[in-house]
Amino acid sequence: MTKLSLFLGCIIPNRYPGIEKATNLCLEKLDIDCSDLPGASCCPAPGVFRSFDKSTWLALASRNIVLSEELERDVLTICNGCYGSLTDANNELKENAALKKSTNVHLEKIGKKFNGSADVRHIVELLYDEFGPEMIKEMVTNPLNLRVALHYGCHLVKPSKERQLGSVEKPTFFDELVEATGAESVDYPDKMACCGAGGGVRSALLDKSLEMVNHKFSRISDADIDCIVNACPFCHLQLDGGQAEVKEMLGLEYNIPVLHYTQLLGLAFGFSPEELGIDLNVIKNDAFLAKLKELAENE
Amino acid sequence: MSKPDVLKTLQDAGLDVLTCMQCGSCSGSCPSGRYTSLNTRRIVRKARKNKDILHDDDLWMCATCYNCQERCPRGIKIVDAILMIRTIAVHEGIMLPAHRKISELVLKHGHAVPINDATKEKRKNLGLEELPETVHKYPEALADVKKLLESCEFDKLVVEKQE
Repeated sequence: MTKLSLFLGCIIPNRYPGIEKATNLCLEKLDIDCSDLPGASCCPAPGVFRSFDKSTWLALASRNIVLSEELERDVLTICNGCYGSLTDANNELKENAALKKSTNVHLEKIGKKFNGSADVRHIVELLYDEFGPEMIKEMVTNPLNLRVALHYGCHLVKPSKERQLGSVEKPTFFDELVEATGAESVDYPDKMACCGAGGGVRSALLDKSLEMVNHKFSRISDADIDCIVNACPFCHLQLDGGQAEVKEMLGLEYNIPVLHYTQLLGLAFGFSPEELGIDLNVIKNDAFLAKLKELAENE
Repeated sequence: MSKPDVLKTLQDAGLDVLTCMQCGSCSGSCPSGRYTSLNTRRIVRKARKNKDILHDDDLWMCATCYNCQERCPRGIKIVDAILMIRTIAVHEGIMLPAHRKISELVLKHGHAVPINDATKEKRKNLGLEELPETVHKYPEALADVKKLLESCEFDKLVVEKQE
């Protein structure tokens, strides 16, 4: 496996630092050579900035990639949005010489140059490709007896032409990784439906965005699960913080715990919910935390 | 200033909306369309007819889930087309206030979601450094980001145009 640098993005370090901590703990446990990526910025967010101005989107994205090129490392993302933005920008710049040239005109002003020597990875596809569910299962020390509602998040698998991770209608690779922790990935209606946050909808049209995520909540709450698992902090923010907003807007209360995959994997590696920042979510579900404690004590 | 040719811009970018047969798979697959006025099929039709769609509010209701693009039987890159129509609109000065605000955050902090005191406290309690290894910690890196944004004239683009 190539060496990696960790691209944090915005929401993880600046809103959900527990995911950053969980990622660090998992990477160490898995003995993955992954450095920091000092000085990285917003990816920038694909649905908004790419749609405002392509040259700005490419300039900022390429700078982040170049920082990793300079370290001779591939970029590791832990967010579907960052993964989408950086992958798409990287592919376009590698394939289109004219775009690469015009982007490098901007980069030259800060003494940088895009070469196209780094790849962009997402932690879920990296773990699936480089380790595989069987190996992860063998490394798990605390199998989790949990029922999980998995939310893939759109930009992990789509557009499929760019991602090439198999079926977009009913993918299984992420479910397999969830089940490697001992948890059960429970099927539910509209499992692949969007959380409603992307494309600038959450920022500009919050009420509509919340109606979309409320649809997911209603489907998930019927499925008798312990928690939601995702691999994208923007989905995470929408699924966790969104529950409080839905409660205020529609008077509906779900109280479903939400975990990033690195937090789920961290639990299966024996780390405590506090070490993984699971208690720092907007939704505080004491029954879930008590269940985790019980699981840990039974080991 | 002459009116932008939306259809030509899309076609030049390989987004061939003219092959659309108006089957409606896009609208039927759209999670946003269940709750908003977004009618993807109508957007594609308006683009085909090269009608003025730059002021159409529906453009901003797409959550970019790509369902329509994946399922289009004609293989039209519908989300890419919507993003490109948005670009033309933004360059015509049409932009939602909330999106100007996010743009200002990136111009100022290099992050669309900058850090706050509550998160700094959480970071400390987790044993992480108060500031992450991003532009937040390295002022010279933030200066580079600002220089790039200026070079792309992003600051001028997102400032509200005075009529």
